[in-house]
Amino acid sequence: MSDRLSSLRETIEKILPDVDGVIALRTGPGGIVAPYLFSKEHPGELAELALWPKEPVPDTLKIILRAHPDAKLAIVCRGCEERGIVEMFKHAQFSLENVTLIGLQCDQQEVESCQCFKPFTVHAKLTVGQPVEGVRDPLMAKVMAMSQPEKLAFWKEEFSHCIKCYGCRNICPQCFCNICALEDEKWVETGRLPMPNPSMYHMVRAMHMTAKCVGCHECEETCPADIPMAVQFRLIARDVKEMFNYEPGAVMDQKPPQLLVLEEGEYENTGLPH
Amino acid sequence: MIEYKNVLTTCPYCGTGCALHLQVLDEKLVGVLPAKNHVVSEGGLCIKGWNAHAFVNHADRLTKPLVRRNGKLEEATWDEALTLVAQKLGEVKTQSGPDSVAILTSAKCTNEENYLLQKFARAVIGTNNIDHCARL
Ligand code: SF4
Ligand code: SF4
Ligand code: SF4
Ligand code: SF4
Repeated sequence: MSDRLSSLRETIEKILPDVDGVIALRTGPGGIVAPYLFSKEHPGELAELALWPKEPVPDTLKIILRAHPDAKLAIVCRGCEERGIVEMFKHAQFSLENVTLIGLQCDQQEVESCQCFKPFTVHAKLTVGQPVEGVRDPLMAKVMAMSQPEKLAFWKEEFSHCIKCYGCRNICPQCFCNICALEDEKWVETGRLPMPNPSMYHMVRAMHMTAKCVGCHECEETCPADIPMAVQFRLIARDVKEMFNYEPGAVMDQKPPQLLVLEEGEYENTGLPH
Repeated sequence: MIEYKNVLTTCPYCGTGCALHLQVLDEKLVGVLPAKNHVVSEGGLCIKGWNAHAFVNHADRLTKPLVRRNGKLEEATWDEALTLVAQKLGEVKTQSGPDSVAILTSAKCTNEENYLLQKFARAVIGTNNIDHCARL
C-alpha cells in the first residue's frame, strides 16, 4: 500500500503545477476518506493523500467540469473509474480535452474486496502500481446455475429488502439522466414503503444500466440492504458483449449501442432476432 | 482558483447518527456523499440523509423570525419574537395550568438541545408533556 501511495504522491506532485487541480482521495477527520481537489496553492495537503476506500470520483469530475468546463484537471482513477469517465464522456457528460487521467492499478486485496473483473486502467498515460488479473464474482456462477423460478425467487427476496433510499441511483456515475424514470409515478409508486412492487424499481434500473454499467460496485457498497445488484448488471453486461460486442469504457471511439442509429433494413442484417 | 472539498458531518434527520459528507464546490453546497469508512453508517444513508443538503439553501427556508400581525406574517427581530412567545406561554400557563402546554422537540436537535427542552418543559413550564418527532 505505502509504495503505491508514495509513487502516486510523486506523480501528482509532478503534474500539480501544470493543472488547475488534481482530483484524488484525501483523509479527513477521524480517518474518513473523501474525494478532494488538490491544488498547487496547497501542495502540503498531499500529506493526507489516500488510496482506499475508493469513491465515486467520476461524479466529482462531472461536478467540477459542469461549473468550470474549461478547467485543466487531472484525476486519479482506478480501472472501474476510468471506464466510468469514458462512458460519461461518450454520453456527453463532459469533455475530456483538458483532463489528464492518472491510472491507479488495484492490488490483489482490493480486487478480492470488489470481486472485480478488470481492476486496471487501459487509457491513462500516467499509471501507478502494477496491474493484476481480475476475478469473476462467484455469485455470478451461482445465479447462472439457478433455474428460472429459482432466479425469480432469489431476486424477489433480495429486492424485498430495498428501503428505496435511491442511494444506488444517486451514487452511480452512470445514472445521470435529468429526468429519472425512478421518480415517475408511472413506474415507481411514491410515498409507500415497503414498495408494493420492488422489482419494478430494480428492473427499471437494470434496463437503464444496460451497456452502461462499468462494474464499480458503488451501488452495492452504498446499499443499506446489501442487495448484490452489481451481479445482475454483470450478467447483463455479458449479454451486451455477446450481442453487440460492446464493453462499457473499454474502447474510446466505439459508440455505445444505445447511441447507434440504424438505417432502414440494417437491423435485419445484424443477425439479431426480429 | 477552483475549490472542491467534502465536509464530514452527521445527518440531522434522526437519532441513528449516520455520517455524511457535504460536497462543497467554490464555497457552495452542491450535494451529499456518504462516508464509506465511518463506523455508524458504513457508506450507506437512507433517503433523508441523501437529501440532507436540500433544505439548507431552499427558497422556503425561514431565515428570519416571523410574527403574525393582523392575520399576516411579518418579519420581526428575535427579541420581539421570543418576548411574544414567552408572554403567550405565560398567559396560557396562568389561565389554564402548566399541563395545558406541550412541547414537541426534534431529532434534528442535538442531545444537549433536547436536554435543555425537557428541562424547560419540566422546570420552567412545570409539565411532563414533552415528546419528539422521532416517535413517528
Ligand atoms: S471495482 Fe475493480 S477497478 Fe474498481 S476499485 Fe474495485 S478492484 Fe479496482
Ligand atoms: S450500476 Fe453500480 S456497478 Fe454499475 S456503474 Fe453504477 S454504481 Fe457502478
Ligand atoms: S441502495 Fe439498496 S436499499 Fe437503497 S434503493 Fe438501492 S437497492 Fe434499495
Ligand atoms: S441517513 Fe437516515 S437513518 Fe441515517 S441518520 Fe439520517 S435520517 Fe437517520
